[in-house]
Amino acid sequence: MKLQLPNPSLEDRILSHEQLDNLEEEEAGDRPKWDNKAQYLLSCIGFAVGLGNVWRFPYLCQTYGGGAFLIPYAIALVFEGLPLLHMELAIGQRLRMGSVGVWNSMSPFMGGLGVASLVVSFLVGLFYNMILAWILWYFFHSFQSPLPWSYCPLNMNHTGYVAECEQSSPVNYFWYRETLNITPDIESSGSLQWWLVLCLASAWCLVYICFIRGIETIGKAIYVTVTFPYLVLTIFLVRALTLSGASDGLIYLFTPNWETLKNPQVWLDAATQIFFSLSLAFGGLIAFSSYNPQKNNCERDALIVGCVNSFTSIYASIPIFAILGFKANENYNDCRNWNILKLTNAFNIGDENITLENYNHWFNHLNATDPLEVESLSLKTCDLQTFLDESASGTGLAFIVFTEAVIQMPGSQVWAVLFFVMLFSLGLSSMFGNLEGVLTPLLDLHMIPPWIPKEIFTGLICLTSFTVALIFTLGSGNYWLEIFNSFVGSMPLLIIAFFEIISVVYIYGINRFNDDIEWMTGRRPNIYWQATWRFISPFMLLVVFLAYVVIEAEKQPTYNAWNPDFVNFPLADVLHYPEWVSTICVLLSVLPVISIPLVALYRFLSFLKNYIMNRHNQNPYEH
Amino acid sequence: MLEKSLFLLCFSSALAKQLCAPDASDGYKVRLSIRTALGDQAYAWNEDELFLFRATLAFAMRNRISGQQFEVSNIIVCDETPRVSFWFVVTSPSNTSHLVDKEEVEEAIRKSRNRINSAFLLTDKTLEFLGIPPTLAAPVSPDTPPWLIVFGVVMGAVGAGIVVMLAFSVVQKKRKKDGKVVDEAVEEETRAKTTDNGAAGDGVYNMSFSDDERFTEM
Repeated sequence: MKLQLPNPSLEDRILSHEQLDNLEEEEAGDRPKWDNKAQYLLSCIGFAVGLGNVWRFPYLCQTYGGGAFLIPYAIALVFEGLPLLHMELAIGQRLRMGSVGVWNSMSPFMGGLGVASLVVSFLVGLFYNMILAWILWYFFHSFQSPLPWSYCPLNMNHTGYVAECEQSSPVNYFWYRETLNITPDIESSGSLQWWLVLCLASAWCLVYICFIRGIETIGKAIYVTVTFPYLVLTIFLVRALTLSGASDGLIYLFTPNWETLKNPQVWLDAATQIFFSLSLAFGGLIAFSSYNPQKNNCERDALIVGCVNSFTSIYASIPIFAILGFKANENYNDCRNWNILKLTNAFNIGDENITLENYNHWFNHLNATDPLEVESLSLKTCDLQTFLDESASGTGLAFIVFTEAVIQMPGSQVWAVLFFVMLFSLGLSSMFGNLEGVLTPLLDLHMIPPWIPKEIFTGLICLTSFTVALIFTLGSGNYWLEIFNSFVGSMPLLIIAFFEIISVVYIYGINRFNDDIEWMTGRRPNIYWQATWRFISPFMLLVVFLAYVVIEAEKQPTYNAWNPDFVNFPLADVLHYPEWVSTICVLLSVLPVISIPLVALYRFLSFLKNYIMNRHNQNPYEH
Repeated sequence: MLEKSLFLLCFSSALAKQLCAPDASDGYKVRLSIRTALGDQAYAWNEDELFLFRATLAFAMRNRISGQQFEVSNIIVCDETPRVSFWFVVTSPSNTSHLVDKEEVEEAIRKSRNRINSAFLLTDKTLEFLGIPPTLAAPVSPDTPPWLIVFGVVMGAVGAGIVVMLAFSVVQKKRKKDGKVVDEAVEEETRAKTTDNGAAGDGVYNMSFSDDERFTEM
């Protein structure tokens, strides 16, 4: 394919292969590098494998017909995830700079891409660490017996339980009141919750100590933060499979429902899940691979990282759903036992005469003899399926559903501690990638005066992020976090990724890119990579982006508020965003990507200016 | 005589039956769930257990109202069911046809609830007095919330780690700077020496020029 946009003076901006060979000998030690290949791979895997693998994928799998969801997921991985991943790792390794430097060298007009990645990484890092702060809060509280989310506190005069807790549940109360102290709507901001500020500060300190010298310290930390979650998942797997009701959860998760494949929403969700799960377009992967030795097999790395990420998602969903099945089973038994107690008390039958096994027999007998009395009891209809459907994703899964399950497991404190440490490690290794996506471009642009040591600079980044993230510790913080999550962490990334692949294939030149890869790995990329890079992936990205925009535009901008004074409490109060909040939402989506056209325009204007000046000052001797 | 005592007995039991009835205004319903509480070690509910109950309740009344000698006969039980549940009322020892007020009975039971429970190896949940909710035990709240302790430990470790890392990097930088100056000096000398040896065939290398180089390298 000869389609390529004219890109003059590309060779001036990038190092040629010969220069790179010399670079390796001369300047070894100037640019930090990975101690060994394992560190690099673990960092990339850690960045890709995050909280989403644990609390988003199982939810999607279950909602979209279990085993059948794996098909669109695999297709999205093969045609969208792996090509983009390989591309990012390859250009980082070839051009040896962070995101801003890479796109600037490719073409000055695409410099805005790097800035966009930088802004997105920074903004996502803000709210992602708030989630880590919440996880820390729960972790700190897991060292008590009984666990604080297992009982309702007493009200003021000790006559009963707090009303809000009684109406909802202890787990909900602990999350919404004692942790978030959430306000009834986004407009009432409340005040800074000091306990959340403390947890946020400790989260940032923990991040700082690992991030203090860039990849030198990250490389040591990831040995623990990346391997520990797998250990915990295995422990949970073994424990979960021995719980009663685990098989119900697993069957529910994996039973394929082929009908869902006809729903286009499934394909869209699979594509977006793969895309966000692999942490593409953040610039972090480019930063990580820029510290590689030059002759490194990036193709194999991409395949490893992509496949490990998907494997982790599937592996994590097994214990999660086994435990959710256990919880559903417990709730189902509680429901039936409640019915049994009601019948026993009303009809004065001997204690424990009615059991779960002979319940139906007794019920029919009693209904036949005294149907009016039975009806007056208003017995609950207990359906296992309803309880199994009660799963959630995101913070709802971790802090409400799972914590409820943990209470019912013997030895709850141990499981709670293990679970929250696992979540924290998963999130921490993703934070490294986010922050590297901010640090490396700034370092490469030489924007920092050299007298500031790197430790101070990373400290400044952490301090700035902490200060801005204090909005999430307000009473309305959770609502703001949801906004950031939906508007920053979604559409801008799709736009950036689309422009990335267009830049590499059509502005940098796919032929030059193939040569680079051949020089780095010794093998020219095969037909699969060629086809996906040139047509399939950009096309898929475009379709996904358009579908995403259409679907999001159709949805009403509403949010679920927790309002104890709501008529239907504990159901969520569905409110509309006020005008100023909607404006902020739009700003958040637009701000990261506005740099792409702005920088292109700026460069174009200065190019025009130079061109006009050259025309004016043409050397008379050169006619 | 015999007829009189028989008549009195019948009369008193009839009167007792009248005083105690389900939904009596001054009575309470009691519900025991022995098998739920004790499982295999559950005892059978019989007349003797009922006697113990009445005795315990008499004790509770004595405990509450000092001076009045409540006897087992003052506790009247009726409407027993296989559940095990029954109603009871308490008659005043001075006047057996007069019932003790509901509130007094409630106070007495609340005060001695623990003793009544342990007499039967049951708990607040398995020995229910319908209408008398158990006093909720205030959860033990230590002076320092435990989460602050864990937070302090973690932050102490992290803070110490940060200080150590910063100190280590300062020391390392200093060492590198000193090392670099020493290295440069050594490099200059060896360079001059090697060129001296290598250029033996071309003539004698003038050391003074190498010194000049160092000055002009500014």
